Amino acid sequence: MKIQTARSLSQVFFSVLFLWFCLVSVVGTEWFRIRGWPVNWFLQLDPLVAMTTFIATGHFYRGLVWSLAVVVPTLFLGRFFCGWVCPFGAIQQALGYLAARLRPPVDRPRYNRPHWAQRIKYMLLAGLVGAALGDVVVKLVLLQGSRLLVPILLGLVLALPLLKKFIAARQSSRLIGAGTMVVFVVVWAGLRRFAPDTAWLQSSVQIGWLDPLCLLERSVNLVLLPVFDPAGWFRAGGAQVTAGAWLLGGVFLAAWLLSLRQPRFYCRFLCPLGALLGVLSRFAVWRIGKSQHDCSQCRLCESHCEGACNPEGEMQVAECVLCMNCFHVCPQDLIGYRSLPSAAGERFTPDLSRRGTLLGLSCGALAVPISRLGGNLGRGWRPELIRPPGALAEPQFLERCIKCGQCLRICPTNVLQPALFQGGLEGFWTPLIMPRVGRSGCQINCVACGHICPTAAIRPLDPAERHGTGAFAEVGPVRIGTAFIDRGRCLPWAMGRPCIVCQENCPVSPKAIGTQEVFEPLAGGAITITAVQGAELQVNVIGPQLLGLGAGDLFLQWRADGDERRARIIRIDERQRTMELEPSQFEPPRVEQAAVVQVHLLRPVIDPGKCIGCGMCEHECPVSGRPAIRVSAENESRHPRHRFWGG
Amino acid sequence: MNDLEPAANLERRDFIKCCLKAGAAAAFCGGLTAWRYRSDPPPLQVASANLVRLPDFSVADKRALLAIVTGAERPRMIETALTALGGIEAFVGRGDRVLIKVNAAFASPPLLGATTHPDLVAAMVRQCLGAGATTVIVTDNPINDPASCFALSGIEAAARQAGAQVRLPRSADFAPTTLRPGALIADWPLLYGPFQGVTKLIGMAPVKDHHRSGASMIMKNWYGLLGGPRNIFHQHIHRIIEELALLVKPTLVVLDGTQTMMRNGPTGGSLDDLKSTRTLIVGTDQVAADTVGAGLLGKTPADLPFIGRAERAGVGHSDLSVVQVLRASAD
Repeated sequence: MKIQTARSLSQVFFSVLFLWFCLVSVVGTEWFRIRGWPVNWFLQLDPLVAMTTFIATGHFYRGLVWSLAVVVPTLFLGRFFCGWVCPFGAIQQALGYLAARLRPPVDRPRYNRPHWAQRIKYMLLAGLVGAALGDVVVKLVLLQGSRLLVPILLGLVLALPLLKKFIAARQSSRLIGAGTMVVFVVVWAGLRRFAPDTAWLQSSVQIGWLDPLCLLERSVNLVLLPVFDPAGWFRAGGAQVTAGAWLLGGVFLAAWLLSLRQPRFYCRFLCPLGALLGVLSRFAVWRIGKSQHDCSQCRLCESHCEGACNPEGEMQVAECVLCMNCFHVCPQDLIGYRSLPSAAGERFTPDLSRRGTLLGLSCGALAVPISRLGGNLGRGWRPELIRPPGALAEPQFLERCIKCGQCLRICPTNVLQPALFQGGLEGFWTPLIMPRVGRSGCQINCVACGHICPTAAIRPLDPAERHGTGAFAEVGPVRIGTAFIDRGRCLPWAMGRPCIVCQENCPVSPKAIGTQEVFEPLAGGAITITAVQGAELQVNVIGPQLLGLGAGDLFLQWRADGDERRARIIRIDERQRTMELEPSQFEPPRVEQAAVVQVHLLRPVIDPGKCIGCGMCEHECPVSGRPAIRVSAENESRHPRHRFWGG
Repeated sequence: MNDLEPAANLERRDFIKCCLKAGAAAAFCGGLTAWRYRSDPPPLQVASANLVRLPDFSVADKRALLAIVTGAERPRMIETALTALGGIEAFVGRGDRVLIKVNAAFASPPLLGATTHPDLVAAMVRQCLGAGATTVIVTDNPINDPASCFALSGIEAAARQAGAQVRLPRSADFAPTTLRPGALIADWPLLYGPFQGVTKLIGMAPVKDHHRSGASMIMKNWYGLLGGPRNIFHQHIHRIIEELALLVKPTLVVLDGTQTMMRNGPTGGSLDDLKSTRTLIVGTDQVAADTVGAGLLGKTPADLPFIGRAERAGVGHSDLSVVQVLRASAD
């Protein structure tokens, strides 16, 4: 078997596996449902996920240690993941292959020349790492942390090359060097002086925008599966809705279809994971290379090259995705995967200067405070950002969420939706609850989202923890928001119609929606009794409004002996103009007596102390457009300062 | 020269050919327009063409029958009750296709009593299959996500294990029905798909408190056969329950008051909401069954206007002296 065949098989295998994991990410007990399938495995393999969440949080969460299985081999072998494993790379390669077939062979090498824009991905990587660095920088600057030694040592290590240069330099350079040092110390001191008050730099993991696995996972989960499975056969719960799917789908199509323009366009120019793996392959023991400098320059290797890594000239090791296409096409058999340097020269470091890296890092780090200047994490927080139960407080959530869409896929009610601007730019495509969009509100016994989350941006809750029972009784239930009644739209409040569907569907025990009982005079309900026969009354008029509501909710009120009397109307006959009262201890009203027909209303009232914000009520409210009861994130337990209710 | 004046060079035959082609195209366009011409604008709402109707599933000589069994073990209680009624064979025979309408409204575990108990469903399925039914279908259109409801309530697993098919509602399963003109249920989607070929219908529901209607029992449980934005009917709760009772004519109803949800219904959510009332009601009279159930909730038929309405509509009897009531114990 040729090595390319093995590589193709590997790509097909991992792509199918990836798709399979997406398909089975559905709550259920059958073998083709979630059960024990490691559906997060690809995300866990992703070193970019592991690295940025580690930088931001200081920990590798659970399965993210799988990333070692990519990092360690990459250090020795190069970017095997890109060429052999990555399913997004595979589908791009497939498309790029088709596009190349349509080009005349003589043109093909031109599309695979190294291109200056390949450095963009390293800039993007630097920016994304920079955004995650905030907390570390603050810790270093402030010399925070229990062990001062660590930042001091780190600082010394960083300063060592500078120091060496300083000693070796000429006098004029020394002056400039000394000046730079002074400026550096002053800036450091200034930062130390001002930073503590402002929490100026903060970590934010934003790799989800561009990481190929997050992008593909999200696109398959939220767009491709719903589109190609409109009946919802693979979801068990029926058709899926995705808020803002146009954008998700547009980004995916653009990212993928660009490989028609240039093979592996995304991998070469944009992919931050590819950039990271490229950096990691700088010590690669084995790499592609030529065994002699001169060759016939037939360019066959280049016309098949996936990485645009210049195999016939100075080999760009960081760009090579190990597609192995150059091997067999070389008519002189000069190319191999070897531990010797390429005879035509090789270059390990990516095409990015130290200054460029520093610029990328700084831009990324600065982007976070700039994005938060809008106040969306402070006073300007958006109440429509209802996070799923178990979601960490927003700053911590943003240190972990990678926008992979796994929680949105697993949500059995489809109530979890990708945010657009509700969470600010950083919160784009992160999960939030839209009670009206889902098939129901957030089900009180469900904790699926936290248990699938690969980074614990949503904490895996125990049901008792969510309910606030057992060991969690003192903490109380996890609240994600509070329901508010819009009395101007609520049927019993505004229109004199019985309803309380919201109260019925409130899943909390005791219910968070109580009722106020009122008897409201019906418009046109003033009547006069014309004859009495036992409990049956003949009346002067029966208007349509009485018939509209019907017996059961209507009562008749009259006065007798100076007291108010009230009895339920159990039957109304329009043609005979009679109504029957429920038997009671009262004498029925007398003939010629005036009486009023009342409607018995139960008006819903929220107890914010009990409401958990699940949105069942909002979903079920019969006011079908803008519901009369709506949940917003006030009182969510993850943010004590979003409380509005004492006690 | 020819290139400059092609028209001058047209042969007569070519000219006629062109004319014929153009004429045919013009005739096609004109004909299509004439054929599909319409002067009246379309109506705002399109009335449904194919209204469906639920058949009468009741057994002719078994009307107004009720068995009330006390006990704690549901499978034994239902066995005792059916024996008292003359055996399941009196209702389900060889070759019947039976549909069991359970209450699976909420994604809630059986312990909390918000849904039909899985043990009871399983026992009923076995009874039907034992009597020679070819197929037993268990279905409902729940309020919460259907898959979660059937899974968490334990109904799906229990019914499957007992040999029944579980049908989760799909959008294609709903077809419009009309009870009568002017009714609330007029051109309204009904969960009709699972009824294909069905010859017997059994309704199974727990006794639950329900703030709006007073109680959720057998007649209220038919709500789960409706689709669409059905909760607009809560504005006329007693009327819709009456209409549902008129719409559905079951073979048998099973009202489970082994435990009664006394408050916080119909969702419950806490064991404190439940009370042990040790009663199972099986029979053919929906109104009588709900009347007995009302007693378990500490209510009278007068507290529940839908009972009186259904009785006046001729669905059944709230006066238990008119009904043949058989009492037994399954302890």
